[in-house]
Amino acid sequence: MQREIYEPKIVGFFCNWCSYRAADGAGMARIKHSPNVRIVRLMCSGRVDPSFVLKALSLGADGVLIAGCHPGECHYIEQNYKTMRRFALLNHTLRALGISERRVRLVWASAAEASQLAESINEMVEDIRTLGPLHWSTNWAEDGRRLDDVEKILLEHQETMEVRR
Amino acid sequence: MSDKGKLAIYWAASCGGCEISILALNEKILDVAGAFDIVLCPCIMDTKVRDVESWPDQYVDVCLFNGSVRTSEQEYMAKLLRRKSKVLVAFGSCATEGCIPGLANLTNRQEIFETVYCESASTDNPGRVIPLPETQSNGHHLSLPVFYDTVRTLGQTVAVDYSLPGCPPEAPRIWDAVVAILEGKLPAAGSVIGATTTCCDECPRTRNEKKIKAFKRTWQVIPDADTCLLEQGLLCCGLATRAGCGARCPQVNSPCIGCYGPNAGVEDFGARLMTALASVIDAQDPDEIDRIIHEGLPDPVGTFYRFSLANSLLRRAALVPDAERHELPRPKAVAQV
Repeated sequence: MQREIYEPKIVGFFCNWCSYRAADGAGMARIKHSPNVRIVRLMCSGRVDPSFVLKALSLGADGVLIAGCHPGECHYIEQNYKTMRRFALLNHTLRALGISERRVRLVWASAAEASQLAESINEMVEDIRTLGPLHWSTNWAEDGRRLDDVEKILLEHQETMEVRR
Repeated sequence: MSDKGKLAIYWAASCGGCEISILALNEKILDVAGAFDIVLCPCIMDTKVRDVESWPDQYVDVCLFNGSVRTSEQEYMAKLLRRKSKVLVAFGSCATEGCIPGLANLTNRQEIFETVYCESASTDNPGRVIPLPETQSNGHHLSLPVFYDTVRTLGQTVAVDYSLPGCPPEAPRIWDAVVAILEGKLPAAGSVIGATTTCCDECPRTRNEKKIKAFKRTWQVIPDADTCLLEQGLLCCGLATRAGCGARCPQVNSPCIGCYGPNAGVEDFGARLMTALASVIDAQDPDEIDRIIHEGLPDPVGTFYRFSLANSLLRRAALVPDAERHELPRPKAVAQV
C-alpha cells in the first residue's frame, strides 16, 4: 500500500560529545520523535565539511540537520564557532542555488537537552514535509531526451554523408 | 602519412583561449609538430566531421579536448572523439570542470534564449523568433544542435584519461604534459596532470595569521605588495586552488580566482573554500558573521564556483528553486511512529 504522507529523508551530523548523547538520552528517556533523521556521529560539529552536506543533498536527502555543542562549550574549545561560520557561508551559497535555508539547519544541543533535540527534529521534519521533497536528481530530467538528440545527429550524418560506420 | 603520432585538438563550449595557450608554446610548437601529425584542429585547419567519422577507431593517439558540453552536437563530438582516440585529455578548465560556460547552470535554456534572442538591449526581435532544433524550408529539413539546460564537463559525458586544468592551461604545463606523453611517463589513468599543492605554495607573499573582519572588493583597496592578499581582506582563492600558474595574479596585486581548479584530493572547490574562509573570518557572533558574509560576498556562487559549478557536487542551481516551489499542503494527520 502506498503511504499518503510524504516522509522526508534527513541526514543528521551530530557531535559525539553533546548532540549524539542528547539523541541517546532521548532514546533512553523514551521520548517519541520522528524517525526521519538518519544520524551520522562525528567527533565534532566542526568536522562537518560543507561537502558532506552538498553530497547528502545531491544524493537524495531532502534536508540536513547539523547538531553540536552550544557555543563556548565545545569539547575542542572553539571548533563549533567554525561550524557556525561554515554553516553561514554554506546556507548563503545554497540560497543562491535555489535551496531553501529551511533544508539545512544547525542546532545546538547539550548532552542534557534530549527533549529539546527531539523537538527540533520534529519541528524540522514537519517543516520539510510542508516544503516538499528536494529530489535533486530531477534536475537531470533532460538526460533521457539528450541521448535521443545525439542519436539523431548520428542518423542524420549516416544518411546525408554516407559515411561507413 | 608519416609514422608520427596523431594529435587531435578539438573545442566545444569554449573561448579559444586554450588554443592560444598551445600557441604560447612558442618555438616548442615545432617540436610538437615534429612528434605529431595534427589531424584535427578546427581553430586552425579545415577538417570535416565526415573525415573524423571515417577514421578507424583509436586512430588518434592523443586528443586534447577543450570546452564543456552544452549542445547535442558537442556531446556527439565528445563521444565520436572518445571512440577515435587512444588517449582523451580534458584540456583546460571548461573540459575538466565547466569553467565560465558552466555558470550558465545558474539558469536554464529558456531563460538564456529569452535573454539572448529577446531581451538584451541590442536585440531587435519583435516577433520573438527563437531558433528551433528542427525546421522545414523550401521542402528541406534543416536542423540545429539541441541546446541543453545543463552544461556538463567532458568527464561527465565520456570517460576521460587525463585532465589538464587551468583557464587556460599555462604553456609550460602543456609542455610538461607533451613530454610526459612522448616519454610514456604518464600518471595513473584518470588523474590530473599537474601539481598536487596549492597556489599559495607558489605565491611569494608573506603569510601571517589570517583574521578578517570584512571582505573587500578589489576596487576598494590598493593592497600592499608583500602581505598575503587574504590577510588584507581580499578574497583570494589561492588556498583551495591547484598550483600550476606560478601565482601570476597575486603577484600583480590581484587575488586568485581559482582558474586552476581544486587541488588534489578536493571533491568540491567551493566547499573547500568555504571551509577555509570559515577559519579566517574573525567573529563569533552569528549576526556579525552574517553581516561580514552578506556585505562581503554578494555573489557566493560566482565566488566559490566561478570555474567549477558544473563539476561541483550539486552541479547547478535547482531548475525549480525552493522559493518558487508550490509547497505541499500540511498533512492533516502526522504519520504515527
